[in-house]
Amino acid sequence: MTKKILELQGVSKIYGNLKALADINLSVNAGDWLSIMGPSGSGKTTMINIIGCMDTPSTGSVILDGTDISTENAANLTRIRRDKIGLIFQQFHLISYLTAVENVMVAQYYHSMPDEEEALEALAKVGLSERAHHLPAQLSGGEQQRVCIARALINSPQILLGDEPTGNLDEENEGIVVDIFRRLHDEGVTIIVVTHDPEVGDVAQRKIILEHGRVVDDIDQSATFGEALMLKGRRQAS
Amino acid sequence: MFWRMITKTLIRQRGKMLMIAFTVVLGVSLSTAMMNVMLGVGDKVNRELKVYGANITVRHKDAALMSDLYGLEGQGVNDKFLHEEDVLKLKSIFWGFNILDFAPILEGKADFDGSEVAVMGTWPEKHTTLPTGEELHTGLKNLRTWWEISGEWMNEDEDDSVMLGHLLASQKNIHAGDTITLKAGGQSQKFTVKGIFNDGGNSDSKILMTLPAAQRLLNLSGRVSAIEVSALTTPDNDLARKAAQDPHSLSPDEYETWYCTAYVSAICHQIQEVIRDGVAKPVRQVAESEGTILNKTTLLMILITILSSIGSALAISNLITASVIERSQELGLLKALGAHNWQIVLLVLAEVMITGLAGGVVGYFMGIGFAQIIGQTVFGSYIEIARMVILIVAVILFLVTVVGSIPAIRYLMALKPTEVLHGK
Repeated sequence: MTKKILELQGVSKIYGNLKALADINLSVNAGDWLSIMGPSGSGKTTMINIIGCMDTPSTGSVILDGTDISTENAANLTRIRRDKIGLIFQQFHLISYLTAVENVMVAQYYHSMPDEEEALEALAKVGLSERAHHLPAQLSGGEQQRVCIARALINSPQILLGDEPTGNLDEENEGIVVDIFRRLHDEGVTIIVVTHDPEVGDVAQRKIILEHGRVVDDIDQSATFGEALMLKGRRQAS
Repeated sequence: MFWRMITKTLIRQRGKMLMIAFTVVLGVSLSTAMMNVMLGVGDKVNRELKVYGANITVRHKDAALMSDLYGLEGQGVNDKFLHEEDVLKLKSIFWGFNILDFAPILEGKADFDGSEVAVMGTWPEKHTTLPTGEELHTGLKNLRTWWEISGEWMNEDEDDSVMLGHLLASQKNIHAGDTITLKAGGQSQKFTVKGIFNDGGNSDSKILMTLPAAQRLLNLSGRVSAIEVSALTTPDNDLARKAAQDPHSLSPDEYETWYCTAYVSAICHQIQEVIRDGVAKPVRQVAESEGTILNKTTLLMILITILSSIGSALAISNLITASVIERSQELGLLKALGAHNWQIVLLVLAEVMITGLAGGVVGYFMGIGFAQIIGQTVFGSYIEIARMVILIVAVILFLVTVVGSIPAIRYLMALKPTEVLHGK
């Protein structure tokens, strides 16, 4: 039986009069690749913040790997985020004065112990061995995003959370990133990606559509999953 | 990784860090200078105040009693005198080094040109070697630095010379170089007027001569009426005031503290231990003025130190807060990657502390330089460097840096990664 890694039960997030999320129920199995789509203001980022332990719901519970994180204090949320979540940002958010490998090592440092060899291996996995000692300013957008992915993966998180991970990339680099996701998915990593891009949304196993803070559609794409990936690969090759 | 991040941050933010270091340099240099001057200024201010004359007078206990009861001074009050051979014992007391100058005084009356005048015998200058081997150069000349002299001071061995107060000289139309005859006890003696002095006080109607000449004229060999003493003293506090009332009321610990501190009352007490039948009393106006001026000078320097520290803390606060706000995305990212609040605060504080330490070292040495400039300009001598200032400056630097970092720390604690990473 597949392990349930994440479960949202009746989750709402209210800012003053604004209901960013309204009674969300969602469960994600370990190893799933889930995309969350929706127009601006639909609650995608709020949802990813809550799943990523950077925010707490106003009501409802979020069970992450068996722990209800909706009632945890800030220090515990930090610990859980550090141990279980890998974050990828649209803006990459690399530290400008540290090299690529040092940016990966920062995540190691706050998790346990920095290990340069391990960090270099993580960069090699995303094809950046040669660029490990370059500063972010010396890397292209796609390369920066791959550093961001290596940093997110360095502590072997249970869930990889991407907030518009391809939003700032051209089609070629988008393809590279999606390909990395595919490999990670094959290795059993749970991936949750918020995206505007239908192509990126379509390559996931499952697609959640949010509107006005509610889940309006939950599409199982398992049947077309491989095909969509192949199509994307072909398009990229051409 | 921690130090790698700090090193790279310091290099990247060198402009801001230099500003913080510069602020620390200013604050620390001022604090160092003020504290070194404050700790070294006591003796220097006291030495400056020595121009106002003696701050302790020693008299025979009976003469002192008459003086206290009836305000009477000089011969005629009684015929009790101190012994001249005791005078040099002043330098043998515990605080002997603090006794800068002293001079014995023998007062009496003599007939001059048909009228009775006050004569005063003293050591105009005294150069001798003490039993300890210490060279002694003292005398009334050092205690009357404000006197305006027409002619010259007498030398210590000029027993046939006198100096006249300017009121008496003008009344008798006497000038330097003239010869006068003084009569006392049925004998008369001729003196050459070496100089006319203007004291601005009671002495202007007196005749001054060497102590041996006065003793011979008044037939009081080996006797002195009083000893004027100028000593470096520590301003009085409650303990000193309590001791001045009655040293026996002190506990053994209090007595030891009082005895081993250069309070004017402690020095008087020690003088009484070596001068037979002597009662040493502070000249309150001078002693208290010295204490007041010293206390106010110290207070002024403490205030300058506090104000400069507050100024530095405010400037550092602004610079650090601006720096942290500018780096909020980076620091928010560290939180998102799993850094706890204290780890972020430690990172920022370490950066500031290292910068502050560098600024503090430079500021300390600059402060020593400033202290020497102040010492040379104001007191004409070097200020001794007090080691304890290093510790005080280190504590001030730490407090200023930590207090200055408080607004930035509060901002960091409240910083939410979601606000800086997603713009929400």
